[in-house]
Amino acid sequence: MAKRTVEVELSTTGLDAQGRPQRVPILTDDGGGGLALQAPPALEPELEGEHMLINIGPQHPATHGVLRLVLELDGETVVRCIPHIGYLHCGFEKIGEYRQYNQIIPWTDREDYLNSIGNNVAFALGAERLFGIEITERCTVLRVIASELSRIMSHLVWLGTFCIDIGAFTPFLWAFQRREEIYRLLEKWIGARLTTSATRVGGMAADIPSGWMDGLRQFVRTFPQTLDEIDRVLTRNAIWVGRTVGLGVMSPEEAINWGLSGPMLRASGVDYDVRKDFPYLDYETYDFDVPVGTNGDVYDRYLVRFEELRQSNRILAQAADRLPDGPVNIDDPRIILPPKSKATSEMESMIHHFKVVMEGPRPPIGESYFAVESPKGEKGYYMVSDGTAKPVRWRIRPPSFVNLAAIPKMVEGHLLSDVIAINASIDIVMGEIDR
Amino acid sequence: MSRFDILRTGRAAPSGQPSTSKTVQHRDAEPNPSAAALADKFGGAVKRREVIWGETTVYVDPARVHEIISWLHDDSSQQYDFLSDVTAVEYRDPEVPVEVVWHLRSLPYRRFLRLKVQLPKGQPMEVASVYDIYKSADWLERECYDMFGIQFRGHPDLRRILMWESYKEGFPLRKDFPLRGRFSRSEQLRQSLAQNPEARYSMEELTIADAFAELPEDMKKRLAKGERTGE
Repeated sequence: MAKRTVEVELSTTGLDAQGRPQRVPILTDDGGGGLALQAPPALEPELEGEHMLINIGPQHPATHGVLRLVLELDGETVVRCIPHIGYLHCGFEKIGEYRQYNQIIPWTDREDYLNSIGNNVAFALGAERLFGIEITERCTVLRVIASELSRIMSHLVWLGTFCIDIGAFTPFLWAFQRREEIYRLLEKWIGARLTTSATRVGGMAADIPSGWMDGLRQFVRTFPQTLDEIDRVLTRNAIWVGRTVGLGVMSPEEAINWGLSGPMLRASGVDYDVRKDFPYLDYETYDFDVPVGTNGDVYDRYLVRFEELRQSNRILAQAADRLPDGPVNIDDPRIILPPKSKATSEMESMIHHFKVVMEGPRPPIGESYFAVESPKGEKGYYMVSDGTAKPVRWRIRPPSFVNLAAIPKMVEGHLLSDVIAINASIDIVMGEIDR
Repeated sequence: MSRFDILRTGRAAPSGQPSTSKTVQHRDAEPNPSAAALADKFGGAVKRREVIWGETTVYVDPARVHEIISWLHDDSSQQYDFLSDVTAVEYRDPEVPVEVVWHLRSLPYRRFLRLKVQLPKGQPMEVASVYDIYKSADWLERECYDMFGIQFRGHPDLRRILMWESYKEGFPLRKDFPLRGRFSRSEQLRQSLAQNPEARYSMEELTIADAFAELPEDMKKRLAKGERTGE
């Protein structure tokens, strides 16, 4: 059968200002049926000057939780951005005033839930300063391992979701595969994967089981291969570079003034890292570099976080080598629970157990603000004690909250599709922002 | 250097670098030098200073706090360029005044300073905003207002941030606010069911793109009567 072709004669009204042929919509002729290929009198109404109101979220996969952004658009360009938060507000700080210090630790899991064990460490360090406790050598190294594993986990989730937001799917799978390995390690150590509650004031909930270090060394040895793979597909990828370079630029002065911290601040060229500038957990004795960007755009934030993954891996390798033997918890029965076997067999230990559980450890009157370098930035716990077993005030300084506050500044003037990339580059966790 | 390389700073703790503080005294550790400088410069506006667990707290006059923070930010020997946190503390003892706390950092000098003002009970709680000095104060002050009801004078957009705008129960982190809220569960439920689910924009947002004109008639009527939208 012969191929049948239909020829339609297209007419155009001419060329537009840019020299392109003007588009002619195909209209259905009501009278006789068929297609009438006539150009309408006016192709498009004049749209200049009319702005559009666009709402993104709170239920939108690219807002990384329940963030709502109200955008005023001029064409596709963002003129104004009004963020709304609070959809996940649970009143953690209020609840903390009714809890003993060890009972607050489970709440710290649930604020920045991608970095739960890192929050446990940060809270315990803050409470220990308030109690005036000096933790043991082994505990210090274990907490470094916990913090850095947590940083890798958080950055891997950020990397995976950032890729998906921009349209790359494969690195997401690679990143989550490695994250699963860390979760298995944590499960062997603590017994929980996401809500770890791993620390106690004065020590850890558990020492690592035998053979655990082999699992960690295996991870540290193989993790750079995954990073190299992701590096190969992303860093010089034309689409990736095109979607990220030059977006959401913050100059160093602006970044400091807006209170940005963590990778957001370092991407702008400010080498502020709490681990170096206000060290804790003996971080000054580890050999690691702080990556710093030059342009302060989304691409530099990607580079900085990516390099931090490698540096965290370096710290893990050093910590695994130096882990000393000895006790994990401090030797103070007023603060640390006795071993279960002793609590059920010795009178003295049973009394201590009862006192610690029922009354809780009491810090002296005072206050402390303890900041750590969380994956999102400077995370601070401010605690005020009036000498009772419960804090008068427990304040979380949430890094994502302060970083997100700069989003109107970063997105205004960019395209709607870039809002997604810029928002993803901030690395927000709504659990921490709303608390 | 290629665009794909990042500048790497290998600051691996040579001598003179800060180190982890091991045994910190409860009181009377070495104070931050800025505390003495503040006392020299502002005299009577600096009420007292405390060093607790190695952190220096300076209590200042609420009326001059903006001037003091501005000086700390601008003076070349202080350079407190980073505002970590703005928050407030209310004590369990109802006689003790409410405190507003600023946590300031000087990145060049690696210093940390806590600045406090005391706002006595029974008076309107008001203090100057530092938004014109630090942009990061924007949301931090809004949160402090939302949770404690402290008015920051000069803040451009002081409205609730974590709670919704029509929230009527007061300020949740005040000590006279019960843990489960002021209203009963049934009242909370009744109020949330009475919310208009259509009203998802503030009046400010509705000015964008003449969105007000496109609202349904009944909503226009309610908004014209001055009723706030749902959130």
